[in-house]
Amino acid sequence: MTTKPTSLKGKAFVLGKNIDTDQIIPAAHLVYSLDDPEERKLYGKYALSGVPAPESGLPQGNVRLTTEDQTESEFSFIVGGHNFGCGSSREHAPACLEIAGIKAIISPSYARIFYRNSVDGGFLTPYESVEDLSGEIHTDDEIEIDPEKHELINHTQNKTYKLKPLGSVADIVHAGGIFAYARQTGMVPAAGG
Amino acid sequence: MGMTLTEKILAKHSGRERVSPGDNVWVDVDVLMTHDVCGPPAISIFHREFGDDAKVWDKDKLVIIPDHYIFTKDKYANRNVDVLRAFAAEQDLPHFYDVGTDRYKGVCHVALPEEGFTRPGEVLFGTDSHTCTAGAFGQFATGIGNTDAAFIMGTGKLWVKVPETMRFVFEGTSLPPYLMAKDIILKIIGDIGVDGATYRTMEFTGHGIKALTMEDRMTLTNMAIEAGGKNGVVEPDEVTEEYVKSRTNKPFEKFYSDPDAKYHSEHFYNLEELVPMVAKPHSPDNKATAEELEGVMLDRAYIGSCTGGKLSDFRAAAEIIRGNKLKIDTYIVPATTEIARALETETMLGTPLIEIFREAGCKIGNASCAACLGGPSDTFGRLNQEEVCISSTNRNYPGRMGSKAAQVYLASPYTVAASAVTGVITDPRVFIQETVI
Repeated sequence: MTTKPTSLKGKAFVLGKNIDTDQIIPAAHLVYSLDDPEERKLYGKYALSGVPAPESGLPQGNVRLTTEDQTESEFSFIVGGHNFGCGSSREHAPACLEIAGIKAIISPSYARIFYRNSVDGGFLTPYESVEDLSGEIHTDDEIEIDPEKHELINHTQNKTYKLKPLGSVADIVHAGGIFAYARQTGMVPAAGG
Repeated sequence: MGMTLTEKILAKHSGRERVSPGDNVWVDVDVLMTHDVCGPPAISIFHREFGDDAKVWDKDKLVIIPDHYIFTKDKYANRNVDVLRAFAAEQDLPHFYDVGTDRYKGVCHVALPEEGFTRPGEVLFGTDSHTCTAGAFGQFATGIGNTDAAFIMGTGKLWVKVPETMRFVFEGTSLPPYLMAKDIILKIIGDIGVDGATYRTMEFTGHGIKALTMEDRMTLTNMAIEAGGKNGVVEPDEVTEEYVKSRTNKPFEKFYSDPDAKYHSEHFYNLEELVPMVAKPHSPDNKATAEELEGVMLDRAYIGSCTGGKLSDFRAAAEIIRGNKLKIDTYIVPATTEIARALETETMLGTPLIEIFREAGCKIGNASCAACLGGPSDTFGRLNQEEVCISSTNRNYPGRMGSKAAQVYLASPYTVAASAVTGVITDPRVFIQETVI
């Protein structure tokens, strides 16, 4: 389980607004086991495969998060527009991004179930940016998140942006999910068998 | 300061006198529902976190309704139903609606009320975003993920941030004969946008709500999630009470919003002034009137799902389809097996609804979610290529019904049926006025 998040660095993959869960992981792929070590890799392979090609990897488009023979991506961050993760309640959505190697998402706003699943499942951190950065940051830009200063640094463009504090979910994020949090607070007895 | 209906339910279930928007509270759960897509991973997390021998907190409160990928040869999908079956046996669950048995129901959000699990004043969570449908019965109901569901299975509790409430007031005494609840909610979503209610409650109220049947109200609350809403809710009345009492003997408590409750915002709609609405590709808020889109060429029509596959939806479609040959492939998918049976027994001018559809050339599928969310490649009605479809379902993001090259227009069953007859998007008033005269 993770503790206080440390600085994260890597390449950005940029998407537009209203990226729904069918675009994140198309429904036909929801059948694979998340437990089986080989089968779960398919979620990495098909992560973001429902995004129409011209809108995948902005601004130029036609970039895949993972190519046909990859299950893990060269990208570490998703930068999205407003209402990221709208649509269904499938937890496979944040799970597939984590399996693809995504460490965090940066978006000005989220659909609530996706946000909650990301946090409660401890998959990845959904950071809220003050401004919509999907038109500012380019796919392939080298970016860094400083969770202490609530900042996003774009090393490629030499720019820094503000992120919002995590607020009331910070304790769950820092614990690594709802189960770890509930154990820390004594709601759930320590360690399952 | 008074409280809204949603605040009162959350206060009661968290053991507090009152709650306010923004409060984080742990609530006791009355019903947890899961299905074949999210049940297996939730079960896996439950055992991982609570142990191999763990038992669910209250087996009478867990309802498992396989409905998503049922009539498919996909081996992984079928394995998921096997996982549910094994878990139901292991936990000795009384409320498992297994595939291939007489108990099989179909779409969970319509099956829940039919089986008496939607009761005023209660808290219901489900591993499906359209769980908000149950708010039509005056309860708090919302969708959650696998981890949260596993947490409830072990503890019977979940944390909830108390939402602000947006109030939608319906004026007017009845729906015009050509209008359906689907038109109202498409209008609202078009007005406020797909994130217009994010994190909030959508409370539907006013004199006009009394004119709506339980099924109409379910169509409204079902699509609260399409505006980003946490839950949709309607205050219980005699219509609610009559439905619920016909389905369960369990007692329930009715809550109402106080006159001085604080709302995020108020929005007024006169039911008698609304017109048939359509959501264009590729977003439920991409609104137009059916009249504005008149003439858009279609390849397919689809009537089904939790929001558009209820008995009243098929009655509406049959009104228009009766006696007509259809210009495009038209798929009929009853939400549940109970509705499928009713299509055989309910008649219109002496003809069973199912016969009306068959004579018109409709393709009729088995009760399930079917092509509403695409699903495996052999799913009934799935859009596998660049088809243009008009559908009574609730979501039309790229690839939702299968291929991302397909285009989906969302509309009421009246508008879908009218368009199936002509092959182009058609305002149902053309047909309804003829019928009325």
